[in-house]
Amino acid sequence: MEKYLLYPGCAMERSASAYLDSTMAIRDDIAIEFEEVKDWNCCGATEYISVAQTPAHALIGRNLALASQQINGTNTLVAGCSACYLNLSKTDNYMLEDDKLSEQVNVALSAGGLNYQPGTLKIRHLLDIILNDVGLAAIREKVTRPLKQLRIAPYYGCMITRPDPNKHFRNAEYPQSLDKVMRALGAEVIDYPMKTHCCGGHMTQISESTAYEMIRGLLYGATQYKADVMVTLCPMCQLNLDAYQENVNKHFKTNFNIPILYFTQLMGLAFGHDAEELGIGKEFVSPGKALAKIGIEIPEDQASPKTKRKKDDPSLPMPAMPKDEEVI
Amino acid sequence: MSAAPKSEKERVGVYVCHCGTNIAGIVDVEDVALWAKKELGDDGVVISRDYKFMCSSLGQELIEHDIEIEGLTRVVVAACSPHLHEATFRGACDRAGLNPYLCEMVSIREQVSWVTTDKVKATAKAKAMVASGVERVIHNEPLDRMYVPVHPDTLVVGGGIAGIQATLEISNSGNKVYLVEREPSIGGHMAQFDKTFPTLDCAACILTPRMVDVGNQPNVELYTWSEVERVDGYVGNFTVTIRKKARYIVEADCTGCGICWEKCPKKVIDDVFEAGLGYRKAVYTPFAQAVPKYPVIDTETCIYFQNGKCRACEKFCPTDAIDFNQEDEFITVTVGNIILATGYDTFDARRIPQYGYGRLANVFTSIEFERMCNAAGPTDGEIVMRDGVTKPKSVGIVHCVGSRDNRYNSYCSVICCMSSLKFAHVVKERTDAEVYEFYIDMRTAYKDYDEFYQRVLEEGTHFIRGKVAEITDAARQPGEEGKLIIQAEDTLISRQRRIPVDMVILSTALEPRPDSKEVGHKFGISCSANGWFIEKHPKLDPVATMTEGIFIAGAVQGPKDIPTSVAQGAAAAARVLCHIGQEQIELEPVRASVNADKCSGCRICNDLCPFNAILFHEDLMVTEINQALCQGCGTCVAACPAGAITGSGFTNNQIMAQIEGMLMFSESNGMTRVAEPVAA
Repeated sequence: MEKYLLYPGCAMERSASAYLDSTMAIRDDIAIEFEEVKDWNCCGATEYISVAQTPAHALIGRNLALASQQINGTNTLVAGCSACYLNLSKTDNYMLEDDKLSEQVNVALSAGGLNYQPGTLKIRHLLDIILNDVGLAAIREKVTRPLKQLRIAPYYGCMITRPDPNKHFRNAEYPQSLDKVMRALGAEVIDYPMKTHCCGGHMTQISESTAYEMIRGLLYGATQYKADVMVTLCPMCQLNLDAYQENVNKHFKTNFNIPILYFTQLMGLAFGHDAEELGIGKEFVSPGKALAKIGIEIPEDQASPKTKRKKDDPSLPMPAMPKDEEVI
Repeated sequence: MSAAPKSEKERVGVYVCHCGTNIAGIVDVEDVALWAKKELGDDGVVISRDYKFMCSSLGQELIEHDIEIEGLTRVVVAACSPHLHEATFRGACDRAGLNPYLCEMVSIREQVSWVTTDKVKATAKAKAMVASGVERVIHNEPLDRMYVPVHPDTLVVGGGIAGIQATLEISNSGNKVYLVEREPSIGGHMAQFDKTFPTLDCAACILTPRMVDVGNQPNVELYTWSEVERVDGYVGNFTVTIRKKARYIVEADCTGCGICWEKCPKKVIDDVFEAGLGYRKAVYTPFAQAVPKYPVIDTETCIYFQNGKCRACEKFCPTDAIDFNQEDEFITVTVGNIILATGYDTFDARRIPQYGYGRLANVFTSIEFERMCNAAGPTDGEIVMRDGVTKPKSVGIVHCVGSRDNRYNSYCSVICCMSSLKFAHVVKERTDAEVYEFYIDMRTAYKDYDEFYQRVLEEGTHFIRGKVAEITDAARQPGEEGKLIIQAEDTLISRQRRIPVDMVILSTALEPRPDSKEVGHKFGISCSANGWFIEKHPKLDPVATMTEGIFIAGAVQGPKDIPTSVAQGAAAAARVLCHIGQEQIELEPVRASVNADKCSGCRICNDLCPFNAILFHEDLMVTEINQALCQGCGTCVAACPAGAITGSGFTNNQIMAQIEGMLMFSESNGMTRVAEPVAA
């Protein structure tokens, strides 16, 4: 059992409770243990830091200070939400680089009898823990219901790969971590150029038409490649793609109908958990049709029939992106 | 404070050069000269002069005059770097009858006047450096020049246009050339191209006659499908081992009729010549005009080599030229000089995933597009999309893919602006498509290049100045459905633009061969941090290397177009012919030697020598250095724990005296002499 400190953040307790539920459901399978940071507060999301930097850092710093008090065998603080993860690591990094900021934050924290030494905690996203600490081999071992023939569009959003201060996600434009985890579950993973584009964040509250266009681009990007489901790793992304899909359809007169699930939910399904236990059923867009594909037994040969090149086929050979192990 | 004169018998002349204002603008050269005469008189300085240009014939005559009339026995020239003019001043001494190695240069330009604006400190440092030169020169010993005979044969590595040009120049002069090429045919990248900028001659039309000449020239021994395995020796006398890989074809019997590749049932994607856009058989020649005409069997894909069955080629060969039992041959040749013309590779566009190559079908690389344009290529010269049928209605051409980008290669790849313009012209010529070029800067230097740019502008190609952010298939606006959308900032109108196109061509960077470091090591020459081979001098000696007898030509030295590669091939050939014509080459007599009495036989130096010049006598348990192989690098001298190895021209005495001279001088106190001169 590997132990981690957990910062759930507001969304995972409410709108994204399915994300937290599914994470908790699979923790035994992947042998990890979470200790929740006691009395944590909101991270300020994307807004506060844009409005008032120093107080925003103090707000985030309080969480870091509380977490650092709980260091007991582990100093790794995990967040599932991309915005929480980015905010926590931003404050830690900025305090490390800027002594004055560090002092100001600690003056604020001292009012509550708290203090944080930057660099004390290692701040990581849940996906990073699952890929790099748990590992693909351990994931494959636990798969009892491979996600065969389920076409998955991995959606990273913009915040975990940018700016990636501690270089956990190698390539900002072409991350592979979620692709690898999904493939380990037996899923068919599609590549599409929109996978690191922004979901619009809270733009839905500011300029609907702008936000809808950003969401539409992602839905269009994934459905073009006949994805059955889009997989996310952030409550904000899931909410925008799922809850606003209907609005997007109305706005653009489109008919997108693609379910948006958390990667932990897919892991839970592959590990044999019940859908309900994983919070499945709380979405706006039903994943029923997509999930009906799993569980149907399909012989391996049929899964990816080798297409033989026809003699009079004039098409030109297509280059392929490198395999996981190939370095370019 | 003054000790007894160190050198009673040496008469030293000091010459301080103004180099116009290069030195005199910062250093008070007159003061330095006067000071040397006054303060260094005890060291034997009898003459000290400053002069406007010491390297001019008048400057050199000054030295010659003083040697002849004033009886100088040592000369110190304070001027530029020895890299530039050491040979000049040594020559002047030689002409006046003084052994050239009794002349020392100190660099008061590169190391003093060019690196500061502080005149006082510069003058002080120049004095310290002159002092160090004087202290050193009195310990110099006359050295005799060495000469080695030059073997008249030459090795050329790489059969692209640069290597072909070098081979023809040398062989046409009546000298023998061994041309080694890794691929089954010579021709290099140029053979892949359709047209050549800016005149649009067909690449094959101008290249293949040269290839045929190489094949027919009796002075050329051609080794294709071969690699250089090992290089020993030194300028004038290299021993080279060539691995001639098994072709599984008996060249003496093969007529190149082509029945074998016609009958071969195994079709594979040709990643090399066709750049992945076309197919070849398991037995193949890369293209119809290949020189030599003999095919090779690719054992990785051949059904017989993989499964033990088939042998169709053998059954149908009318001359029984197939030999499945052939083995690699090793051929050893002796040559006097070597020319490396191993060329370049292209950037793997998959390293920029946001440009879509490998992800979006209709994104092509420039080398793929060259093959597509080529009448002998996979589409017979038709410009079509990846489906092989549809003609594009709009084409985007992206410059600087992997070039001028700190994440990949910071350098400019030189040829891409022009080849991209060529692509725009070809697309316009053969289709009705609109063409959009995305460039950072348009670089069309050299003869008739900018005129070609003007022509393409007039043809109606759209130019957008800005780096492309990404290429996606995610339509947003009407007219974008089913298209590739190129997103870029147009910096001329300060706006983001989305240009929907059917087809994209990425003009990929030129990169060094992936094995350039190993190849450099094999031939004893060095690569820059980027991996391009380093020339001896970037302006004045662009085809020589720091290793005597090894020359470089073409894109192996850095990105280059065809005219420059050809010029370099010819230039390298001229340098080689100069060596051959001299029959013997003078070598620097700076060499390491072992004092056998002091050598403990520890062998620490044995593996350090980059030139394999050190041999160990097991019977006597001492090390010896081959004077012909030694290049005087000094690695062994520094490494020897017993101090048993000496480098002539760089003895411990000389180095210690030089350091002492440097430290004796201080700005505030002038010369401070220790009571006893340091003895090494």
